[in-house]
Amino acid sequence: MIDLFDKHHHTIERHSRMLQMGSDVVGLASTQMLSPTRAIIDGRETVLAGTNNYMGITFEEDCIAAGKKALDEFGTGTTGSRIANGTYGLHRELEQELAGFLGRKHCIVFTTGYQANLGMMAGLAGPKDTIFLDADSHSSIYDGCTLSGANLVRFRHNNATDLEKRLARHDPESGGRLVVLEGIYSMVGDRAPLADFVEVKKRQGFQLLVDEAHSFGVLGPNGRGLADEAGLESDVDFIVGTFSKSVGAIGGFGAGDHPQFDAIRYSSRPYMFTASPSPSSAATSIAAVRKLKAEPERRARLADNSKRLFDGFHALGLETCCDTVSPVIAVKCPDELAAIVMWNALLKAGVYVNIAVPPAAPNNLCLLRCSVSAAHTHDDIDLIIKLFGEVVASGAVAVSA
Amino acid sequence: MTADSKEIFAKLSELLAPFNSKNIELKPDTEISTDLNIDSVSVMDFVMEVEDHFDIDIPLNVLADTHTMTDMVKVVEQRLAQGGSS
Ligand SMILES: Cc1ncc(COP(=O)(O)O)c(C=O)c1O
Repeated sequence: MIDLFDKHHHTIERHSRMLQMGSDVVGLASTQMLSPTRAIIDGRETVLAGTNNYMGITFEEDCIAAGKKALDEFGTGTTGSRIANGTYGLHRELEQELAGFLGRKHCIVFTTGYQANLGMMAGLAGPKDTIFLDADSHSSIYDGCTLSGANLVRFRHNNATDLEKRLARHDPESGGRLVVLEGIYSMVGDRAPLADFVEVKKRQGFQLLVDEAHSFGVLGPNGRGLADEAGLESDVDFIVGTFSKSVGAIGGFGAGDHPQFDAIRYSSRPYMFTASPSPSSAATSIAAVRKLKAEPERRARLADNSKRLFDGFHALGLETCCDTVSPVIAVKCPDELAAIVMWNALLKAGVYVNIAVPPAAPNNLCLLRCSVSAAHTHDDIDLIIKLFGEVVASGAVAVSA
Repeated sequence: MTADSKEIFAKLSELLAPFNSKNIELKPDTEISTDLNIDSVSVMDFVMEVEDHFDIDIPLNVLADTHTMTDMVKVVEQRLAQGGSS
């Protein structure tokens, strides 16, 4: 009999090699959260620079109060799917709040952002349709595409010309065409060149979905994301987003203006066959979305902090993956070994960042990925820069590896 | 193999070389992902090179049943015969 775990031996070996070099990159636990930007990890107070907590919104008094009230009034869990007993007034209210924030007619709340992508891809596309997806798309987009049963054509990252070549090879009469982009790409921090893609859309014809997971709340004069920043919202048919980043909760959404949009509720398995977000998560999300609208200064602070970190890294001579400033700032490492050694050294010195190695990181890159928060102080940012200077820029750690 | 499929095999081997870091010998029954220990994204990147070279689309859902070099040669032949459209 073949052991089902045999196939994992490469991954298991890779993980144990990593463990020999220090802490468990993929199994770290924060035993106490002191603030949006501080945690106790391995018994030490650590500055968090890899949380995706862009708005620093996880400890806001009014959000916490809203969550506690929902716990008291609605209980700990919904024990049901959105299409059965799991839709509460809170979920409806959250959908309305988001639709209003986004200036869209319709919004559907899912249980996580991962499921929002699964649910939207599978709800929109079927076996006769073709999804054209950016090569560097998040795994939830890939998995959603697979679930949909559609034909999947992958185009070169951020390359509208490459997409157009592939669209031209495709017979538009054979089925619907959905193009999927991300506002800010999660690993590297670059934006989709939306204007270029919209030009192609006008020439070739397709429906366009943008996953604003990392750009919702972050980009644009209204914080609606990349489409808002680019002034091209009317050219984007569907938006996907998550509550796990700027909203500081759990859940996800899909939004759009299509008159039949709600059909997704009755045709999308990731919406129908899972329990709805907990009452407290829905309630804190409502409060957080209101806050995003009421406090644009958070966006300004995030932009200021991002630029400070970006400039600081460049002054150290570090190579970042992307030339434009965004709250995701990824520093290139020579190889996986060096990345692990430097990640451990940074953690010991008191700063947590993400590590990204292939296949999670694109183009065989090995990255130390920082995500900046509006809740970081200038002192926090300067400390992160200082530690990167000591650990990464000096090369001392990499050499001793 | 026909002359055409030999030519395709040779071209695929050439396009696969940059991903085959351990220089494992490529035979018709070599499993591209498992034998060469190439991760899922690199396999898709390789397929993109193949698409560009032959000016065809190879939808990712077709790849679910494509494992060996021979499978891949067949996919390319099929897509070429269909005029490249997906
Ligand atoms: C681009 C992108 N889409 C979707 C998700 C999934 O969101 P969630 O964490 O809410 O499942 C993430 C992050 O996890 C992401 O980076």
